[in-house]
Amino acid sequence: MDLHYSAEDLAFRDEVRSFLETSYPDHLRSRASRDEVTKQDFLDWQKILYKKGWGAPAWPKEYGGTGWSSTQKYIFQEECARAETLGIPPFGMSMLAPVLMAFANEKQKSYYLPRIIDGTDFWCQGYSEPGAGSDLASLKTRAEKDGDSWVINGQKTWTTLAHFADWIFVLCRTDPTARKPQEGISFILVNMNTPGVEVRPIITMDGGHEVNETWFTDVRVPLENIVGEENQGWTYAKYLLVHERSGIAGVARSKKAVERLKHIASIELDRGEPIIRNPEFARKVAELEIDLTALEFTELRTLAREAQGKGAGPESSVLKIKGTEIQQRLTELTLEAVGVYGAPYFRGFPMEGGNQFPIGPDYAHHSAPAYANMRKTSIYGGSNEIQRNIIAKMVLGL
Amino acid sequence: MDFNFTPEQDTLRDQIARLVRDQNDFDTRRKVSRSEPGWRPALWSQFAELGLLGAPFSEEDGGFGGSAVESMIVMEEFGKGLVIEPYLQTVVIAGGFLRHAGSAAQKEDHLASIIGGERVFAFAYSEPKSRFDLNDVSTTARREGDGYVLNGHKAVVLAAPFASHLIVTARTSGAQRDKGGVSVFIVPKAAKGVSTRDYPTVDGLRASEVYFENVHVPSSDLIGEADHGLPLVEAVVDEAIAALCAEAHGAMKVLNQTTLDYSKTRKQFGQPIGNFQVLQHRMADMFMAYEQSVSMTYMVTLKLGEPETARKMAASAAKVQIGKAGRLVSQEAVQIHGGMGMTDELNVGHYFKRITMIESQFGNTDWHLRRFTELSNG
Ligand SMILES: Cc1cc2nc3c(=O)[nH]c(=O)nc-3n(C[C@H](O)[C@H](O)[C@H](O)COP(=O)(O)OP(=O)(O)OC[C@H]3O[C@@H](n4cnc5c(N)ncnc54)[C@H](O)[C@@H]3O)c2cc1C
Repeated sequence: MDLHYSAEDLAFRDEVRSFLETSYPDHLRSRASRDEVTKQDFLDWQKILYKKGWGAPAWPKEYGGTGWSSTQKYIFQEECARAETLGIPPFGMSMLAPVLMAFANEKQKSYYLPRIIDGTDFWCQGYSEPGAGSDLASLKTRAEKDGDSWVINGQKTWTTLAHFADWIFVLCRTDPTARKPQEGISFILVNMNTPGVEVRPIITMDGGHEVNETWFTDVRVPLENIVGEENQGWTYAKYLLVHERSGIAGVARSKKAVERLKHIASIELDRGEPIIRNPEFARKVAELEIDLTALEFTELRTLAREAQGKGAGPESSVLKIKGTEIQQRLTELTLEAVGVYGAPYFRGFPMEGGNQFPIGPDYAHHSAPAYANMRKTSIYGGSNEIQRNIIAKMVLGL
Repeated sequence: MDFNFTPEQDTLRDQIARLVRDQNDFDTRRKVSRSEPGWRPALWSQFAELGLLGAPFSEEDGGFGGSAVESMIVMEEFGKGLVIEPYLQTVVIAGGFLRHAGSAAQKEDHLASIIGGERVFAFAYSEPKSRFDLNDVSTTARREGDGYVLNGHKAVVLAAPFASHLIVTARTSGAQRDKGGVSVFIVPKAAKGVSTRDYPTVDGLRASEVYFENVHVPSSDLIGEADHGLPLVEAVVDEAIAALCAEAHGAMKVLNQTTLDYSKTRKQFGQPIGNFQVLQHRMADMFMAYEQSVSMTYMVTLKLGEPETARKMAASAAKVQIGKAGRLVSQEAVQIHGGMGMTDELNVGHYFKRITMIESQFGNTDWHLRRFTELSNG
């Protein structure tokens, strides 16, 4: 056990830091909120990372991964968070890719993986349906064989960034007569340009457009677009969910957010003094920092176990629950810190004469929408109730 | 001891409930809040016709002889419907200043037109750096001739875009955070030197930044005593807090009911999600939070007439309860609705946002906890 960075680690950190300083595009720095980010922005950033050879730090080397140690990966995350770079959308990179590596055939791997890592394709996740949220296995979207095609009919929902996506991986029911709902499901890859795929926006309460309904009407895709075996999709889906959950802890980004919160709290006044000097407020920030430290070390322990080949198990539920609770409290405290200027709302509102004037300090602008938006984190990726059920059942054996 | 409403009060509640249901259903409210002018003057006139705008005023003031209880009833029903129209600012706050400290001429000038629905008020008190402190006033009112000259910037003045008149706190003497030296003025929004920047707020209301540049105000528009306005402001704000608590518990009531209904119809794993004990306990907590909030709203409403310290403690205690309960109820309502709770389409998110904003209106939970602590420990 050792907490210190080696000289090589420190050199690596400097290298990452200076790369981010010189190579992160200026036009992405000016994006105030994720809402203004375009598909091209995500792909541009991915292309830059790819060129540097850092397109997929978490992938094995044979697929273009970096071969970094877990310490290096950790440093990379920290530095990206520190520089406030765009996050890499997880759908292709950290959800689909591991499934492909584990279960797809060579042809699929050699086609799809390079296009993820080099920033060609944008993926989205077609799991949830109106009637199948927590109970994912009850999904109804049908895929039927017809000649050399699957014909897909049904509706997915909450599809994040489907309006950006080139591809969607879809859980479909291929055997409605199977004994258990989990048994008749297949994992199928669908190009979003296929006739019959329709994306309808869902606006969330913060006013943003990040999720969608995705409809499938007689959508025909080649039979070869199935991943792994027919009716074995549930196994792959669960494999993916574990990966989804561990990515969700977001420790490095939360650390940056704590810094930002402290910065705001050193400017915002309470009784004429910076609110960070209000012991009540300072205590809440401290508690948050301590919880974040606990999460960080829990994540490090999990990573260490994974590195020894023990695999991410149900423990990833711990990271998901604690990580999202922290993200939510961060936005809660930020909104609290900004006081009355949390109220003004600007998005998409026609301003008089088109002049967009800032009201209040910059850091206050997005604080209330961010607080509202972050409520999603305890709902998606398997709700926090479901995660607790998993811990109770899988870890505690209840 | 009596917690019953009079038959007149029951009738008042029924009337408002019907009006809100018929004229301010969720879709209508959302449409109104997202288009110009952001509220409905015609609905306001209906409030006037129904007598709502005169409900808490005494008969000699031209009202219907009610009290803070009437305002509580109105605000609770408005909370259930997320009503945008500025009853709080006009009737509770401006009306409060006039009732407590208005001269005969000021009452004569304003009360009838408030009750009749012709004048709408906003309360310009907070400033970019004042946070929630009512004494923290850097807007100045300099004595000149027979009047005052106002200069300064008021922040996030709710309902100002709708208002014809503003109640403004300004400093006539002392330093920015002194308790003495605060005075209160009535300023027509059309007065020379007043300018505004209007914008929507997160919860579907409208607010303005209000700027005063050498605005001349005659002495006759000073409400109460010069330099000694703070106790008056505090008294009126405590009344506003009581009304806000009623709005909040109205909103919580709807969230609780909506969530309960949803949990009985939404099925996952072959059963209504309301079958899951963990959600049952959450909804039991939401129910308790609501009940305690109603209790505290009654408590503060009935204690508004107590001596200053007792009144302030009551208001802070109620605001703390509402703040905590509101956070619990609004967060759990979204959570139990799952993805649906996140949408703009469903009313849940709209109640969530309003309740969130109420938490910081007139001092957030921490601010009131501190005030309560200080008063309680002498
Ligand atoms: C912003 C956002 C982005 C998303 N992105 C995607 C995406 O890209 N792709 C995708 O496929 N899906 C996505 N989802 C969907 C997400 O995975 C689901 O919302 C989630 O699984 C919950 O399902 P539900 O919304 O239907 O809620 P429900 O399953 O109806 O749950 C409602 C409530 O009941 C609780 N509950 C359910 N079952 C139990 C139980 N057994 N015990 C205790 N409590 C229970 C839940 O925790 C929740 O509080 C996204 C969701 C959101 C909000």
